[in-house]
Amino acid sequence: MLLSELISVITNDGRNIVGILKGFDQATNIILDESHERVYSTKEGVQQIVLGLYIIRGDNISIVGELDEDLEARLDLTELRAHPLKPVIH
Amino acid sequence: MLFFSYFKDLVGREVTVELKNDLAIRGTLHSVDQYLNIKLENSRVVDQDKYPHMLSVRNCFIRGSVVRYVQLPPDGVDVELLHDATRREARGS
Repeated sequence: MLLSELISVITNDGRNIVGILKGFDQATNIILDESHERVYSTKEGVQQIVLGLYIIRGDNISIVGELDEDLEARLDLTELRAHPLKPVIH
Repeated sequence: MLFFSYFKDLVGREVTVELKNDLAIRGTLHSVDQYLNIKLENSRVVDQDKYPHMLSVRNCFIRGSVVRYVQLPPDGVDVELLHDATRREARGS
């Protein structure tokens, strides 16, 4: 259903990785293509780091979000200022 | 199994999921599975100014292992039913 869709993954260490969902399994391990990490900071706009084809282990995943294209288009990442997300504490 | 069944009955209701990284997401409960993974529709982060990281996400999947709380509508809880089910489950194990 979400296969080949653009998704945003929030990892347990607070990182936000965006990419195309190529595959997943019961343990929520994920294969992401054309992925890039969005680094948020309070001092400058959002930084995008290109990663390429990634496998993210399910253990380390908090949220998998479906990105809405229209909302994405309206986002101005250069103006966004935010504190980085907190890591997950069990 | 008890909470899995309980959440299945809550599908369609508005809930707020608070995660272990302090993020809180409000949305309509779309589905739940045996691991208590949660899928929310029409999701939005509670404090959007503080957490703009999910501004363009409307539907999300939340891994059960990172959920701290699931805040429910007060009329979504049939306490008597829950008590009975809990007693039965406690007796069984």
